[in-house]
This record gives sequence, structure tokens and C-alpha cells, in this order.
Amino acid sequence: MKFITAIILTALLSFSIGLFPVLPWWSFAITSIIIAIAIHQKPWKAFLAAFIAVFVLWAIIVFVIDNANQHLLSVKVATILPLGGSSFALILLTAFIGGLVAGLSALTGSYIRKH
Amino acid sequence: MRIVPLIISATVTTALIVVLNMQLPVGTGKTPRLGYFLSPQQGFWQNAEPVDVSFDKNISIAGIKSNADVYFDDRLVPHIYAENDTDAYFIQGYLHAKFRLWQMEFQTNVAAGRLSEIIGEGGLKIDQYFRRLGMVYGAEQSLKALEANPETKAATDAYTNGVNAYIKSLKENELPFEFKLLDYKPELWSNLKTALFLKFMSFDLTGQGDDDLWMTNTRNYLGYETFKKLFPERADSLDPIIPKGTTFDKPSIVVKTPANADSVYFHKNDQGITATPPIIPDKNNGSNNWAVSGAKTKSGKPILCSDPHLGLNLPSLWYEMQITTPTHNTYGASFPGAPAIIIGFTDSIAWGVTNAGRDVKDFYEIKFRDTTMQEYWFNNEWKKSEFRNEVIKIKGKQEDVENIAMTVFGPVMYDHSYKSRNEDGKYYAVRWTAHDSSNELRTFYKLNHAKNYNDYVNAISTFQCPGQNFVFASVSGDIAIRQQGKFVAKWKHQGDFVQPGTDSMYMWKGFIPANENPHMENPLRSFVSSANQMAVDSTYPYYLGRSGNFPVYRGYIINRKLASMDNITPEDMERMQTDNYNVLAEFTRPFLLKYLDETKLNSEEKKYLELLKTWNLRNDILEKGATVFKVFWDSVYKQTYGDEFGKSKLPLYWPEQSTLVEALLKDSLYAFADDINTADKKETWKDVVLVAFQKASKTLQNASNENKLEWGIFKDTYVNHLLKIPALSRLHLPIGGGRDEINATTDNHGPSWRMIVHLTDKVQAFAVYPGGQSGNPGSKFYDTFIDSWVNGKYYSVLFLKKQVAENNSRIKWHCTFVKA
Repeated sequence: MKFITAIILTALLSFSIGLFPVLPWWSFAITSIIIAIAIHQKPWKAFLAAFIAVFVLWAIIVFVIDNANQHLLSVKVATILPLGGSSFALILLTAFIGGLVAGLSALTGSYIRKH
Repeated sequence: MRIVPLIISATVTTALIVVLNMQLPVGTGKTPRLGYFLSPQQGFWQNAEPVDVSFDKNISIAGIKSNADVYFDDRLVPHIYAENDTDAYFIQGYLHAKFRLWQMEFQTNVAAGRLSEIIGEGGLKIDQYFRRLGMVYGAEQSLKALEANPETKAATDAYTNGVNAYIKSLKENELPFEFKLLDYKPELWSNLKTALFLKFMSFDLTGQGDDDLWMTNTRNYLGYETFKKLFPERADSLDPIIPKGTTFDKPSIVVKTPANADSVYFHKNDQGITATPPIIPDKNNGSNNWAVSGAKTKSGKPILCSDPHLGLNLPSLWYEMQITTPTHNTYGASFPGAPAIIIGFTDSIAWGVTNAGRDVKDFYEIKFRDTTMQEYWFNNEWKKSEFRNEVIKIKGKQEDVENIAMTVFGPVMYDHSYKSRNEDGKYYAVRWTAHDSSNELRTFYKLNHAKNYNDYVNAISTFQCPGQNFVFASVSGDIAIRQQGKFVAKWKHQGDFVQPGTDSMYMWKGFIPANENPHMENPLRSFVSSANQMAVDSTYPYYLGRSGNFPVYRGYIINRKLASMDNITPEDMERMQTDNYNVLAEFTRPFLLKYLDETKLNSEEKKYLELLKTWNLRNDILEKGATVFKVFWDSVYKQTYGDEFGKSKLPLYWPEQSTLVEALLKDSLYAFADDINTADKKETWKDVVLVAFQKASKTLQNASNENKLEWGIFKDTYVNHLLKIPALSRLHLPIGGGRDEINATTDNHGPSWRMIVHLTDKVQAFAVYPGGQSGNPGSKFYDTFIDSWVNGKYYSVLFLKKQVAENNSRIKWHCTFVKA
């Protein structure tokens, strides 16, 4: 139950803080740490919950954006980066980076709580 | 102890965020800050505009006097309806920023020599060049004139406020894509930026960069006598803008060649010049325009056509729009970066421009007392220099300071400290009309408000730089053309080469009064035209500049076609503007074939010869003969002049192709056909043409092996993103034409705006440009028009009164500007 709650809250706070574009892009790392402190889990579980939360959140957001845009921009960016022009790879990369930052932040949060 | 994993975990997390928040070096460039760039709520994903996006909006805004409406049609062209002019220009600025902010910033920063601030040290060479050329200095001078005129000041102030209203409303996540990619932010707009943008157009359109330097090299290398043979005064096939035989008034300014010109100018021959500009405007920068009177059209009303040929870029240089206020009703192409419409029409008149190509930029060799450049020798005494410091900020590096000496001529562009291959230790100052105070915007403002011929003449009379051929037609039936600019009254060949900077005799003596510039109104032949050719024949009393600045063949074919046409419709004009007929090939092919000894060709070579013989002389995309001709012609050129020019260690200008054409047609014993590297043999055209064809065949065979023999594929036209990023560009476009065809589309250069205006009582117009209304690569409107442009298709433009705009079926969105 804690695991699911952590996922939902991490995703929710990440999304909410992202609504304030004046804050730095990595603000969700802070919220992820806070959730991991508030909801105490084993480090690997804290990592996994936050990773899943932001991975799925970001994947959904960009998937929706990309569809509405009919892949016009993602194909261009996936050529520049370079990911062979694959929108799918770009969505995965985006989601993975979000997940990784959130996961590591939560891991840190979990250790803080233990400490 | 859990402290160790905590420290490790915290460190790794922090390190990851720091790395994702940095621009990492790759190759010569840098990545975006990846975490930021990929962030769904802040980064580039926010620029991925939904394809069904709505532009309906109510914008409550301070800075306008009354409420105003903007209707967007199905091509995202805005139709502005404002209660007064300043509100209209405010909204124009707002819309330019909304759709084109990044390019406005970028282009003006390039013009201001501030590229290094954005991209780092890679921009320094170009920055130094523009600073030393005096672009900022020139823009400051022009700004004074712009702000001294109440009309242009009010228009530009309103425009600037509009741009800034948008910039201030911009949220971080809405920053245009390229700002996120390169990681910087827009600064506020200013009237100076508008002046800088216009100054960049002056740079782009006033000649071949620093051509005096290279022409001097060429003269030194060949000797003046040989030089004169290879660089004739004008081409015989020239059909000038003002027909041959026109009589001109006596000149009000008579300039005499300095007495010592023979020894210190024409025949001067010392060690060469190595200075090389890092950026040279495209030699093909030019354009077509023409107007036919009612006597030649089906409707009995004039038709005006204009297509400026410039570098093909995304986002496009142009932004299409309609501006309607109680004082005027105007439609056409605007420059994101400046108020008003630049090429377009009103409900009474239409106008278009081509480049005049006159030489208004001269170089002077300065003798300084020593390397401190404090004093220079001028009229037999040491004169004190002034200095202008240009500070160039460099992203991630220490700033660079250019300490530029200012002389009576202008800035000393090339000196010992400026490392632009300037290794001869000499000093060259530049005198350029774009350094003088001028107000080009006044002309466009007045043209936007023009009702008739007199308004047009008044509007263009003050235009200074870059000199243009303004074509005109009106609903009332007039047609006209005028070459207008601040043109220097020069003695013959003044400024073809570097001039001595020690003697006031060599300074410019005056400027040609506007009423003595070439012009023509309602001629008997019922048409006027220009295509960058020399404006007049040799009876015109002023010197125009070296003939290499004036291409010959487009003007020739346009006049030939127009002379033979009658009952013209706008559709005929569409076909003509996109015509791919190659008149250069018409002239030269018979002679090339005459001189080519077929019996000496192998079977592969004969194959290409057959393609050339059966070719229909059109540079259409599928024509293989067009490719054979192009490769063969270039090869003949190289075979003819390569032996004379190929060995120079200094950069030289080679002869114009018209020089080769006329030699081929008229001089069967052309001296330069001889290969000077073969002492025992005197080559003739036959030898040149045979070797050239054999060499060309090798190139053609390679092209053939790669399936690139068809002209469209061989030419390979593309529209390049301003940052030259292929993914943001449109590549491999199947479009015909070429340098000397009316459809002057080369690989990355061509008609940047095609416009046809039919001046019926209710003005009709047809237009297209190779771009799209949105500068956002994530918008479906980014490159919407390119396919139509490639296929020679035009859009029938909506030119609407406000009452009918609301209900027009092609109007898709309505944006209201409400006074806050």
C-alpha cells in the first residue's frame, strides 16, 4: 500500500511543481525526496516507486503532447540528439531521465529518514 | 551505519542533476541542458504545438489606444484591423514576436556582431568582421535618422513596444525552441535592433563583400592591360532596365579622374592583398520584378510581379500579413524585425524591388605613422585617428575587444591585429554608404500609405541603401520603374580597386541626385522590368560600378518574353515567374557543339553529347540535358581561364561568365583559349571544348552512377534552418530553374517571395514563399508553403475589408486585442 501511495504522491507532486515554469526543471527531485522521507520504505522500494512514478508521468505527458503534434517535433529532435529520428526512443529517453532523477532522489530521501 | 550509502546516494543524485543541467561539449558545438531540454513541462516538448491548435484569443494589453481585431486565415496569415497606425504596428510587433521571436533575436544579434554571446567562440570571426565593417556604427547612424522622423519614430516605437509586450508575457515554458536548444533567453527589443536588421539587408545587398580587395589582387596578378580584356565594361548582350538609346539629361555633378590615377591607381602594382572576409554575400543575391500595363493584359489593368532572390532559410526572412487602419489598407511580405510591409500592395497601388547592385562600398589603403594607428598620412600631413572600441562578449570565454581606428573615410577594417588572412601588414579603411545616416523605413511607411504614382515617387525618393529598382503599378493604370539609392557620383572605375587613402582627390565627391537616377514611366512598350542587370547603356553620364556586379541573362529573357506577350493573365505571369528556360544555353550550345569534335569521343562521352543535343533547353527537374550543359559549361569556363587564374596564391575574382559567352560567340581566335602551360602548342576553342567535355563526362558519369543525372536531383535544392541543422531544414527539394533562369533557384538560394498583383478595381494577388508563417519547428505551419513553392503553385491571397473578414470561409481564427 505504501508503495502505491508513494508512486501516486510522487507523480502528483512532480506534476504540480512542474506547473510553475519559473522553478528549475529539477524541482521534482526535491518533492521526490520529501515523499521518500514522509513515506518510509526500504531504499530499493523508495527508488523503484519514485522511478515508476515519474517515468510513467513523463511518458504519459509527452505521449499525449507527441500525439497531438503528430510527431512533427519529436522526429526532428530525435534526429538532432541523435536517436535515428525515433519518436518512441525519444519518449523513452525522456521518461527514463525523469525516472532516474526521481528514483535517485527518493533513494537519498529514504537514507535520510533511516539516518 | 547508513551515512555512507546516504552520502553516496546524495552525491550520485546531485551529480546526475548537475550533469543534466549542463551544456556538454560535442564536436565543435554543445548539447542543450538535457534535463531541462527534455523536461515535459518546460523543455522542447512544450513547443510541440497540437496540429489542431486554435489561435482564437482575447489579449488584454496595455500600450494600444483602441481595441483591435486580428483575423487569421487558413494559412495563418494575420489580417490586422486597427483604429490607428501605431496600434497596427504595435500588433505587428506583437505578432512577429509571437511567431518569429527567435529569428528576430538571432538575425539582429548576428548583424550586431554578437553571435559569440550565443554560440561561443565559434562566432567570433563573424562578430569581428561585422564590428569592423561598422555595422553597429551604421545602425546607430540610421537610428538617429529614423527617430528624427516623427512618422517612422512613432511606427518603430509602437512596433518595439508590441514586440516587448509579447516578450514580457512569455512564460519560461513558452520560449521558442531554439532558445531552449542553445540555452539562452531573449532580451527586450529596441529600435536599434530594427535598425540593425535593416543594416544587415544593406550588407547582404551591396556587392560582393569586400570585392575591391580581390579585384586589386586580380589586377596585380594579370597586369592592367590583360585585366581590361578579361573584365570588359559591359556585356554586349546586356538589355538594360532603361532601354538602349534612351537620352539622359546632362549630369549635375561632373567628377574628374584624379590626374595621377594612372600611376597610383590603375597601374599600381605592388605586393598583393591577402585580406579575406569570413562571410561574403551570395553573388546571386538579386531578384526579378516587372509590371505590364493594361495594353498588354486581358483585363486591361496592370499586373505587377516581384520575386526577390535571397538565401533560402527557415524560418523564412518573410512574414506575410495584411495591415488595415483608417489611413491605409496594405498587404504583403514583412520583415520580422521591422514595422510595415516591405514588398506588397495597397488597394490602389503595388510595388516590388530588385537589387540595384551599384558599388557603394570602397576600400582605401591607409598609411599610419606606426602600429599604434594614432596618426595617418593624409593630404601631406599626419592626421589624428579617432578610435572606436567594440567589445565582443563570448559565451564561456573572456571578452574580445576590437580597437578600431576611424579615419576620414571610415573604420579601418583590416589592420595588423585583425587576423583575417591579412598578412601583408597593410591597413584598409572602408567607405560605405550604409555608414551614413539614412531612413529606409520611411520609404516603406510611405509606400504602405501610397495611393498613386506621385506618392510612390515621393516615398522612394529618400531611399539610400541598399539601392533598389522599385517597380510600380496602380489601379489607375500607371506603370513605372525607378532605380533609387544613395549612389556615388564616381569617375569611371573609381572603387573597382583599392584606392590610395593619402589623398582627398580619391574621396567620394558627391551623390547623384534622385531625379537623375534611371527611371521610366508608362513606356510605349507597355512594360517595365529589372533583373539586376546594368540599369542603363553607356550613354548614362555616371559610372555604375564594375560590370561583374550585374548579371545579364535573366533580364534579357524577361524582356524578350514580355515584348512578345499580349492578353496577359495572372496565370501567364505565374508560368513566367516559374519559368525554367535557359537562355544562356540557347546562346552557347550551338557554338559548343560546333567546336566539339565528336569523332574524338568515346561511347560513354557520346551518350552525354546526345543528351545535350536533344535537350529542350529547359532546366526542368527531369531534364538530364540541363545537368550535362551545366557541368560542361563550368568545365569550359575552367578549361579556358584555369591556366591563367589557377596558380595565384591570393584570392582572385575570375571573369564573368558573360565574358566567356561573348568570346565563344564572337572571337574564334580567343587568346585565352590557349593553355599557357603548354609552350609548344597554341590551343584553340576546339581543344578547350574537347578537353572540357571529356572532363565533364567524368563528373557526369559519377553523377549517373549515383542516379543524379536528372537536373532536380543534381541541383539538390534545400531550405536551410538558420542554424544549419539538417533536421530543422527541408532537404532535397525537386524544383527546377537555376542561376540564369527566371526561376532563379540554385541549391540554397532563390525566389524567397513570389508575388503577382493584378490591379483591377478590387486588387487581386497571388503569392507564395518557401517557408511557413510559424517559426516554430514544432508547428505544422513551420514549412507549410514549401511544397507549393516547389511545384510553382501560388495562393490566392485574401485581401479583405473588415466587414467581410468576419464571415469569410477561409478565416479560421479571431484574436482580439483589448486595451487594458
